[in-house]
Amino acid sequence: MQLQRKDILGLQNMTTEEMALILETAQSHKEILSRPVKKVPILRGKSICTLFYENSTRTRTSFELAAKIMSADTTSISVAGSAINKGESFKDTLLTLEAMGVDLFVIRHGASGSPHFAGQIVKSHVINAGDGLHEHPTQGLLDMLTIRENKGKFEGLKVVIVGDILHSRVARSNIWGLSKMGAEVRVCGPSTLLPAKIEELPVRVYSSLDQALDGADVVNVLRIQLERMDRGFFPSIREYSRLFGINKDRLRKCKPDVLVMHPGPMNRGIEIAPDVADGEYSVITDQVTNGVAVRMAILYLLLGGGANVAAA
Amino acid sequence: MWLLLRNGRIIDPSQGIDQTGDLLIVDGKIAGTGKPAPSGEGETLDCTGKVIAPGLIDMHVHLREPGFEHKETIASGARAAAAGGFTSILAMPNTNPAVDNRAVVEYVLNEGRSADVKVLTAGAATKANEGAEMAEIGDMIDAGAVAISDDAFPVQSADLLRRVMEYCRMFDVPVLTHCEDKTLTLDSVMNEGLNSTILGLRPWPRQAEEIMVLRNIALAELTGCRLHIQHVSTAGSVEAIRSAKSKGIAVTCETCPQYFSLTDDALCSYDTNAKMNPPLRLESDVEAIKAGLADGTIDVIATDHAPHSLEDKQVELAYAAFGIVGLETAVSLVITNLVKPGILSLADAIAKMTVAPAGILGLQAGTLAEGAVADVTVIDPEAAVTVRASEFKSMGRNTPFEGFELTGRAVATVVGGKVASGSLK
Repeated sequence: MQLQRKDILGLQNMTTEEMALILETAQSHKEILSRPVKKVPILRGKSICTLFYENSTRTRTSFELAAKIMSADTTSISVAGSAINKGESFKDTLLTLEAMGVDLFVIRHGASGSPHFAGQIVKSHVINAGDGLHEHPTQGLLDMLTIRENKGKFEGLKVVIVGDILHSRVARSNIWGLSKMGAEVRVCGPSTLLPAKIEELPVRVYSSLDQALDGADVVNVLRIQLERMDRGFFPSIREYSRLFGINKDRLRKCKPDVLVMHPGPMNRGIEIAPDVADGEYSVITDQVTNGVAVRMAILYLLLGGGANVAAA
Repeated sequence: MWLLLRNGRIIDPSQGIDQTGDLLIVDGKIAGTGKPAPSGEGETLDCTGKVIAPGLIDMHVHLREPGFEHKETIASGARAAAAGGFTSILAMPNTNPAVDNRAVVEYVLNEGRSADVKVLTAGAATKANEGAEMAEIGDMIDAGAVAISDDAFPVQSADLLRRVMEYCRMFDVPVLTHCEDKTLTLDSVMNEGLNSTILGLRPWPRQAEEIMVLRNIALAELTGCRLHIQHVSTAGSVEAIRSAKSKGIAVTCETCPQYFSLTDDALCSYDTNAKMNPPLRLESDVEAIKAGLADGTIDVIATDHAPHSLEDKQVELAYAAFGIVGLETAVSLVITNLVKPGILSLADAIAKMTVAPAGILGLQAGTLAEGAVADVTVIDPEAAVTVRASEFKSMGRNTPFEGFELTGRAVATVVGGKVASGSLK
């Protein structure tokens, strides 16, 4: 079975069937990660290019590992040391790389919609690895995989997303994916970091963290981007932490088996207390593992043949 | 030399005329209606089923010359104007160098003399459009500038704009203002609302426009200067201007076809050709703009013709240039979205593109009165039009209306008695 689409641009336009297929496939791919020899030949001969216009360590590494485990060849282009800094347009960069035989582009870009643009320029596949403030679909899917592994379902779960919703592509992908799968999504953050008309999305909006956490099954803590400070969205890190930082005391409002998630990288002691990050409710490292599995699944479903991966 | 426009529906809002007949032009002047063609050399155009209107005036175009000739030139912009039915166009001063002194005013007007339509220019309010020092407004007006504008570089300092407006009052020229509080639009791409939240595009609150509309109205009241507000895009701006007019403040305004034809839904495919300044708004704004046009709050329909090269637009949306071409789609959009649905009569629509801008700019144009210079536009109000940017005379192809099926277009443009563009026989 394959995805009937060229590109993965976001979860807003993905059906529940597609998401379920990706999650099922990821679950079966995850077994490969625990093998002594982490290598399957499924994508042998396929050429994958990670094209990153923004810094990233985990997402890029995750995609590259996923590709390499499946025997694809990978090329990495980043802003530093490429033609991008010499003024080559995004379009020309894409066409040049496609002409070299790239089958699939993994694109991270600071400008929202850039993967859409890329998808129109190239015939190769495009996976959005995070675009501006828009979406980060593979992060959304790995968060969903982590929730499903632990809770066995999405229906009726109360999932709280805490922090800078305004600038978060992770929040947007989580909102679309989880709400479609039947979860109740709550967003909570300073009112200056809640985007316009957020209440018209399938979410409940809170500015009181205690209310948002009441009875929560999952708390997904967003990274507070310290560089936002200069636009005056909140007065100080200290005040942010006091109002919206997740600590053990706050978690008592949640269900006893609450999951704590974070897309990383964490600001320990700011949006999340260190003992919570490393504590019994945290599934933050599981998210990272699931990230590789989800990306393997997506690469396989876009590029792979019909072979059963478990038998490979 | 004579030109007879035969058997058309002559609509001239400047004289309150709406009748079927012949319009005779002799030696570049309107000779009158119902008169036979004189002897000697001449031409007859059959206007049966067509509308004969005063030549359309677009008081808001960007001709890009000098400085950005890869986007448009005065000559190509004028060809686009003629094709779209415009006989006079007012160039905005955001060129490079800016139209901020006599020499550049004279350059634009000189280049315009050999163009297909009449090219007028606004002078910049401030030197180099920097919003810091007043430009030599008196000298530019002496050289032929017919208005002063801060378009594309809105003056942020209320004190400086106050001085500009006070200064312009003594020349009785209008100040055309682009209303945008830049502190609210840092890196902004599109209207602030549900779509900007979903698309993750930097939001542009309507208040960025409305705050400056209200401020500039207050400055008009303070200074007594004639204020003209450019490209109104929000319901709040319409309401503010309606209120100001009811108080007798000397304010006029324009909107553009994009603001009564599209909403910010056009950005949902990340189409860079739907990125403009001010940004496309919501259906409720479109309705308010139509109401403002209908009740006379909005005086003028202009295009804000803003040609860009493919390289300026075929990039990431956040980096794409603002603006769309408009000269060659305006008549079709006005007829399709205002006249056909009954929001404006054809005569009222023509008034907003002829006598109204002529009055604001103090032009001897926009009329078919006997003896007037023969600038005439013949419109086929029933023509079926499919927008094809590849057929534009403009060098810019940046239209969000590609492929739109519209009704009505200009079929002949007569400038000073000569046919500048046309398909009529």
